[in-house]
Amino acid sequence: MSVDTSLRFDKDYVTGFSNSRQEPAWLQELRLQALELAQELPMPKPDKTKIDKWNFTEFKHEATGTPVAFNELPEDVKALIGSEEEAKNVLVIHNGTPVYFALEESVKDQGVIYTDLLTAAKEHEDLVKKYFMKAVAVDENRLPALHAALFVNGAFLYVPKNVELSAPIQAVYYQDDEAAIFNHVIVAAEDNSSVTYVENYLSTNDSTDSVANIVSEVFAGSGAKVVYGAVDNLAKGMTTYVNRRGRAEKDARIEWALGQFNDGNTVSDNTTHLIGDGSFTDTKTVTIGRGDQKQNFVAQIFNHGKHSEGYILTHGVMKDNASSIFNGITKIEHGATKSHGEQTERVLMLSEKARGDANPILLIDEDDVTAGHAASVGRIDPLQMFYLMSRGISKAEAERLIIHGFLAPVVSQMPLESVKNRLVEVIERKVR
Amino acid sequence: MSAPNLKIEDLRVSIEDKEIIKGLDLEINGGEIHAIMGPNGTGKSTLSAALMGHPKYEVTSGKVTFNGEDLLDMEVDERAQAGLFLAMQYPSEVSGITNADFLRSAINAKREEGDEISLMKFIRELDKKMDHLEMDNAFAHRYLNEGFSGGEKKRNEILQMMMLEPKLAILDEIDSGLDIDALKVVAKGVNEMRNPDFGCLIITHYQRLLNYITPDKVHVMMQGRIVKSGGPELAQRLEAEGYDWIKEELGIKDETVGQEA
Repeated sequence: MSVDTSLRFDKDYVTGFSNSRQEPAWLQELRLQALELAQELPMPKPDKTKIDKWNFTEFKHEATGTPVAFNELPEDVKALIGSEEEAKNVLVIHNGTPVYFALEESVKDQGVIYTDLLTAAKEHEDLVKKYFMKAVAVDENRLPALHAALFVNGAFLYVPKNVELSAPIQAVYYQDDEAAIFNHVIVAAEDNSSVTYVENYLSTNDSTDSVANIVSEVFAGSGAKVVYGAVDNLAKGMTTYVNRRGRAEKDARIEWALGQFNDGNTVSDNTTHLIGDGSFTDTKTVTIGRGDQKQNFVAQIFNHGKHSEGYILTHGVMKDNASSIFNGITKIEHGATKSHGEQTERVLMLSEKARGDANPILLIDEDDVTAGHAASVGRIDPLQMFYLMSRGISKAEAERLIIHGFLAPVVSQMPLESVKNRLVEVIERKVR
Repeated sequence: MSAPNLKIEDLRVSIEDKEIIKGLDLEINGGEIHAIMGPNGTGKSTLSAALMGHPKYEVTSGKVTFNGEDLLDMEVDERAQAGLFLAMQYPSEVSGITNADFLRSAINAKREEGDEISLMKFIRELDKKMDHLEMDNAFAHRYLNEGFSGGEKKRNEILQMMMLEPKLAILDEIDSGLDIDALKVVAKGVNEMRNPDFGCLIITHYQRLLNYITPDKVHVMMQGRIVKSGGPELAQRLEAEGYDWIKEELGIKDETVGQEA
């Protein structure tokens, strides 16, 4: 399929879209600037994956969901967030529309802001302005620009200074329309605060050509801690661009726990900037590729601050004809003395036709640092299969066990029980 | 349950186009324990691997039936389902799967869907058998064979055998690398299984295991076939005199098979 370089969304469309939602002027202005950039800027060029034939620009933009009571939520969604008693802090966005929302009084009372992004843009204009498209720049390439021009909604989570939240804040983005997903998430944790945010992406469209263009921006102030869990489970019809970006200030900590289980072609960029001295990040990813899908994953950490530490751990399983490139990049900047970077990428291929490629890259511009990497790409061990099958276990079940086993070292280290359980579930469904 | 029967007729097996088993005949019935002895490199382990369906070994001719069914026509898991078990000389390590989960999957693989073994019953059985084999219960929760010592792996193989209750078990050099105490424990496990509905083939090149498990029949393997069979007294003579007298008797100079000169 050829992709037109001119966009079918023009200035009038974007203005009308913004007006229909009564957005503040600065936001509409930003959208229009972004639209212009989207027309000029090149596509991103993920290393070793050709995406020039992928469709990121042709899609139905708008859809709607209808607000519902808790018990009217789809079973799939309820399964993710637990019972009404458990799901105390949750936002559900269905087809771009916030349809369910709950936030505990005790959380609100501490000054925490959690709401859909559109509401936040109106009610907390200054804060949104301060963070929106600040970690990910509008002019990075065509896709973030397109995202800023056309984002539909998302979540805004703001945690004031010194507030430590123990219960996780949850979000579910659920799409059962063929329309695109243009979702934007901001997690801003002020100095010495602590928060855990867990999101699930779900979609059902297997056939129609659609697009997901997702941006998350995480800001961890001095001494703050953000745990960001995400399980992506978008159906085959979606071609996905997902960019999750973090900025950690002095002694801040960002932990990513990502389960990337989309069934369509996917470009994923997960980058963390360790700005402040003593900052820390850890990014753990598990993924399973199947069918004919092609994926490109970047896990990237920039060490700017002294004594900063960054860890990348990725395990991926490729089935059928799936192919994936895993690029791990540790960049230690000049002046980031006593910094440390470590990464491990492991890929297991289950079939002759599956392809996996792990590229650990260390770029170091400072002498006084430590860094290490490990990578392996291999096919399933026929002797392991023989061993398991010799106990009466079928080939499919033996593969299932080996896959679970291969992903277990990452899954078991995920910082959240709910994410862990969800991952095991999705893995289970994918390997059946 | 009926008494099992394994019948091997004129079996020939190759690995990478090199023939290792060169026309082997053997029949094992329920209630019988057979031992195949022989020096290294005579094809003993090849026989066991080929019977289980190891992907690297190719059966080029001959016939093997298990309870009347064509064993060679079955997939590896089907052979196990039919009641065949191989305790391996070098069991694989599988990371991320606990011993207990693995065993439960294996047990349930033999049962109908909806008739899976209850967790309580499984744990009870597992505890009992682990105690019997003097295994630390912590092994249930360790990843399958990962980081196990040689002796621990061997015990684990016997544990699997006891849990899966096969009709016919092949123990491939289960005694290698075991100290005398571990050897006794393994023998205890096998003897516990002994009954008319269970047959066993022990492959070894030492007689010492047979001090604890008395075989009904002993076979000597050289050059890829069975060259001599007898009762338990044969094993004792081998222990006392080694293999040279057999080689002399049969005019065999090099007993090995498929080895590069």
